[in-house]
Amino acid sequence: MTTTTDPHQGQFRLSMLLYDSRYRSMTIQIVALIGFLMLIGWLLSNTAQNLADLGKEPGFSFMLEPSGYDINQRLLDYNSQDSHLRASLMGLLNTLLVAAMGCIAATVIGVIIGVLRLSPNWIVARLSAVYVEGFRNVPVLLWIVFIMAVLIETLPQPSAFRKGEASMSLWDTVAITNRGVYIPEPLFSRSLGDIHVLGSSALRFDVSLDLLALLAVLIAGILTSVLIKRRADVIQEATGERPRTWHLRLGAIVVPFILVLAVLGFYLGYPELKGFNFKGGTHLRNSLIALWLALSLYTGAFIAEIVRSGILAVSKGQTEAASALGMRPNRTMSLVVLPQALRVIIPPLISNYLNLTKNSSLAIAVGYMDITGTLGGITMNQTGRELETVLLLMLVYLTISLTISAVMNWYNESVKLKER
Amino acid sequence: MSDMSYVRSEMLPERAPPASQIGFVGWIRANLFNGVGNSILTILSLIFLWYILSALLPWIFAPTWNSGSLNECREIFGADGGHGAACWGVIRERWVQLLFGFYPEAERWRPIVGFGLLFVALIPVLFNMISRRMNWVLLLVVLGLAGLYLGGALGIIAGLVLLGAAGFVGFKAFTTSKEDRAAEIASGAKRLPNPFIFSAIYPFIAPWLLWGGSIWLPVGAALGFVVGYFAYRFLAPIVGSLAGLIIAVLAALVWWLFLTGGFASIMQSIIPIGLEAVESRNFGGFMLSITIGVVAIACSLPIGVVLALGRQSDLLIVKALCVGFIEFIRGVPLITLLFVASTLLNIFLPPGTNFDIILRVLIMVTLFAAAYMAEVVRGGLAALPKGQYEAADALGLDYWKAQRLIIMPQALKISIPGIVSTFIGVFKDTVLVSIIGLLDPLGLSNAIRADQDWNGVVWELYGFIAFMFFVFCFSMSRYSMYLERRLRTDHS
Amino acid sequence: MKRTVFLGALTVAGLAAGASAAATLDDVKARGKLNCGVTTGLVGFAAPDANGKWEGFDVDFCRAVAAAVLGDANAVEFVPTTGKTRFTALASGEVDMLARNTTWTLSRDVDLKFDFIGVNYYDGQGFLVSKEMGVSSAKDLDGATVCIQTGTTTELNLADFFRANNISYEPVPIETNAEGQQQYLAGACDAYTTDASGLAATRATFENPSDHVVLPEIISKEPLGPLVRHGDNEWGDIVRWTLNALISAEEMGITSANIGELSAAAGDNPEINRILGTEGNLGEMLGLDADWAKRAIMAGGNYGEVFAKNIGESTPIALARGLNAQWTDGGLIYSPPFR
Repeated sequence: MTTTTDPHQGQFRLSMLLYDSRYRSMTIQIVALIGFLMLIGWLLSNTAQNLADLGKEPGFSFMLEPSGYDINQRLLDYNSQDSHLRASLMGLLNTLLVAAMGCIAATVIGVIIGVLRLSPNWIVARLSAVYVEGFRNVPVLLWIVFIMAVLIETLPQPSAFRKGEASMSLWDTVAITNRGVYIPEPLFSRSLGDIHVLGSSALRFDVSLDLLALLAVLIAGILTSVLIKRRADVIQEATGERPRTWHLRLGAIVVPFILVLAVLGFYLGYPELKGFNFKGGTHLRNSLIALWLALSLYTGAFIAEIVRSGILAVSKGQTEAASALGMRPNRTMSLVVLPQALRVIIPPLISNYLNLTKNSSLAIAVGYMDITGTLGGITMNQTGRELETVLLLMLVYLTISLTISAVMNWYNESVKLKER
Repeated sequence: MSDMSYVRSEMLPERAPPASQIGFVGWIRANLFNGVGNSILTILSLIFLWYILSALLPWIFAPTWNSGSLNECREIFGADGGHGAACWGVIRERWVQLLFGFYPEAERWRPIVGFGLLFVALIPVLFNMISRRMNWVLLLVVLGLAGLYLGGALGIIAGLVLLGAAGFVGFKAFTTSKEDRAAEIASGAKRLPNPFIFSAIYPFIAPWLLWGGSIWLPVGAALGFVVGYFAYRFLAPIVGSLAGLIIAVLAALVWWLFLTGGFASIMQSIIPIGLEAVESRNFGGFMLSITIGVVAIACSLPIGVVLALGRQSDLLIVKALCVGFIEFIRGVPLITLLFVASTLLNIFLPPGTNFDIILRVLIMVTLFAAAYMAEVVRGGLAALPKGQYEAADALGLDYWKAQRLIIMPQALKISIPGIVSTFIGVFKDTVLVSIIGLLDPLGLSNAIRADQDWNGVVWELYGFIAFMFFVFCFSMSRYSMYLERRLRTDHS
Repeated sequence: MKRTVFLGALTVAGLAAGASAAATLDDVKARGKLNCGVTTGLVGFAAPDANGKWEGFDVDFCRAVAAAVLGDANAVEFVPTTGKTRFTALASGEVDMLARNTTWTLSRDVDLKFDFIGVNYYDGQGFLVSKEMGVSSAKDLDGATVCIQTGTTTELNLADFFRANNISYEPVPIETNAEGQQQYLAGACDAYTTDASGLAATRATFENPSDHVVLPEIISKEPLGPLVRHGDNEWGDIVRWTLNALISAEEMGITSANIGELSAAAGDNPEINRILGTEGNLGEMLGLDADWAKRAIMAGGNYGEVFAKNIGESTPIALARGLNAQWTDGGLIYSPPFR
């Protein structure tokens, strides 16, 4: 194929399409493209024919009809009269929530266990190995239902609190029940109210002015602090002496923030047992907790292995060279070992984040209402629109996955070894 | 001054290390209590272990193996209500179902033999250090045991003959040393056929064993390759190798699509050999998981290789199609692909096509595995030193020859650990089929709990299933690590 | 080379595949097996035993249809379906009929293009609560946590009920009955809601059934019936009249014990004769033989026997006939005449 004979100057013959390397790649590509288009066309015509036989008309207008079902964990306001579209949005937000929480927790667990596996302490290293092998070799779906069952069976039910058999933890601020964990929620007695964005459409959401105010103050504080630092830098450049500024910088951030909190009348709403359930506070449902724990423990086991091999991949000479330069061990770790290990760690870490996000679709096993539970579950079921819902579902996951890998790849590029 | 020496002129005898540094105590000090932090960690770990084991062990060692229902278990424990201990009766009664699903009892030897033969078929691929004759010994032993298991006069005779043959070959293999054997072969002694032949036949035997039916169907399918091969042999000199290849592939396709069915039914009416057909919906439990896993990996390997080559290729459109496919499949969760299998695949296919659900799941899981396989193979291709490609070019090999003779054998070898871990992943993911109503172990556990006797049993079933998965996956991952070590020594 | 595992499997299974569009009866006869969609497991209605043999109320109806059509009550392949997959399984022709506690609603009948061929169990959605909660009405459940099976009509009913009564609740969606039971027993939900029959069946298997009570409110009508694809009326007729034959048999006093005697020769009661084929040609009209109903009844007994054997008062589930008594006994079970 790579032989370079003199180009044949003669007439074009049909067989050259196959045997002339100048044309062959074009032929193959066109054949592949035609084959692909034919396959797509064949699938589409089958689908159209089958749908016509079933008497179904494909279309997405059902997404705007009232859903009719309730969702327990909603990050925005929603009731059963809202559309399927809004129900799906609730599901999407729940997916993103558990995926984000899972990624963070899995990273923390993975790093700790990965380091512990290299510990000289025999029992700790063995226990970490048992954890890693145990979680890696059992399907995550089993872990999800398993952890859910543990939460349900071992934690006290709310009525136990009433009877005095169980009590709230952390000075009566947190209630751990088998329906979930209730933690204090931040509230404002002189709240500024909310802005309603997008009116009453399916994508409407509220923005809390309190939160905006706090954010604004926080950002302003940080900016001020940066300014103070710059000034200190300038003074240091000019005089060689650096003024003490840490108290100023801290104050610039903290004081206005606390002031605004006080103005808004900040207080914590504690959960209280009322009727059948705890009321008040933020309710972390045990479906969320089970899913979150299972996903992060499962993925954490994989990340632990990645971290371990990443650290082992940095050759010992690097550490020795660093100490020969007179660096202290923790500086060696942060300046020499970790940056190099990270380069090995990050690509597999990205794919584990992706796996975790995709695995969060197993939420339906414990009734966590993620996008698979709402759009791919109840909506599909109640409307009988399998084609449309599954396509939408795939599209949503595809978008999430591609976004995560794009962001992570960008980060990976930025820490990559620059070769010149 | 010469008699004054400050340096000792003879060595002191070595002394034993102090008692605190050796033996058990020394080991404990070195490994568990070297430093305050480590001591705290050790103590915390021990407390944790004690906590877990003191809860778990009494639960596991419960004398409930013979109970016939959850209520009987509750009676055994009296007032405790059975919460304090496991009710193992459910496993005793249902373990066969958890392993085989609804596969007819009389036919269960078939999956057992099928999976036994799988290992024999894989041995030449995976453990290439076992000698050719030992491969045949293993194969004969599996077949012989199957014969004995089947029973009946014929089965026992066949089994004994096969085992005898195994013993004979094994005896010969043990008594002749490697060098002697090499000398025998050099002097013209006949070698046993390459065991790889069996690996090539296995893909036709396994479906026949599992699904049953006429033997002529797999024979017909295998003949397709023969048809293609001969078409190529005869046509290639006449019309050129590429056109010959295309025509050969077309001929094989025509044979499979239009002629195999007729061939099989004609042969079946002449020489009826067959096993009782078992429909795939009778597959269940771990057998279903293993079937899905093995079929998906086996089928995805060639697809994955093609996709990986496509992704590496210079042809823009081919590359775009392959990248699109791989990224699409890898970007969506398996569960959505299973939804496609359970609700949409029949809509995509021509009206009237109706594969049963397990076949549809097999198709989707194969596509899923193929995308991951493609990435594994791509990793293998990327790990090959560039010199290998250049050397192939320097030898004047064309693309396909270079791939077939130089690149792929090495790339696939490097990828084997990756392939095994993909297999473990797919095998674990098979539990997802319970969500679309197939009775894999997890799905069966729900069905079992719908039995009045076992309504309310949770931990025993989950525990058993988790344990089985752990055993399978852990041994496979150990195997893959062993391979990795072997492959590494090969390369350095 | 390994690709052929797939091709081989494909061809093997391809033999079992058939066109689903038109005559289901011909397909079933050609196949020699009835594909019947059931639940993946619901106590008393459908569950496999240790030998893989399916048992239950819905299962017995499948067997009756198989006996009527194929002459063999065991010529049934049970296809377990979930709430999600059941309708596609039927629509795609994977199963010939669905006997899976499915509620007859307008949208399912019309929009999803199915035919409900009758009602084999009149059910309604109820609430199961523990006695110690001291709740006597579903309206007292303000703020309660309610476990609910997803993918069913109960989900929509529940939302409607609480909205109509303007009380709040916390839904806990669960996938299977077994999970619901587990959550309820552990107190992760205050109330468990599903069809009243399911509640009774669930309660029956509790360690202390008397600690729990089914609230008096039945918040919905749940007529559960077998269904077939829209458009194949011949097949629909066969399934419909098999159900009616079982119901009429109970009304007429035909039981599996006396059926041999009654069908030996034409008796005094012309309707019994017509059902059992000793008079008239009703079987022929359906495209079956004269003995079809006899075989259907012999498969598992008449409606009453099937009920008593699987979910009746002598079983641990102990459901009273209630609405499901014969119309002559004040229930709703009523068959059109065999004429």
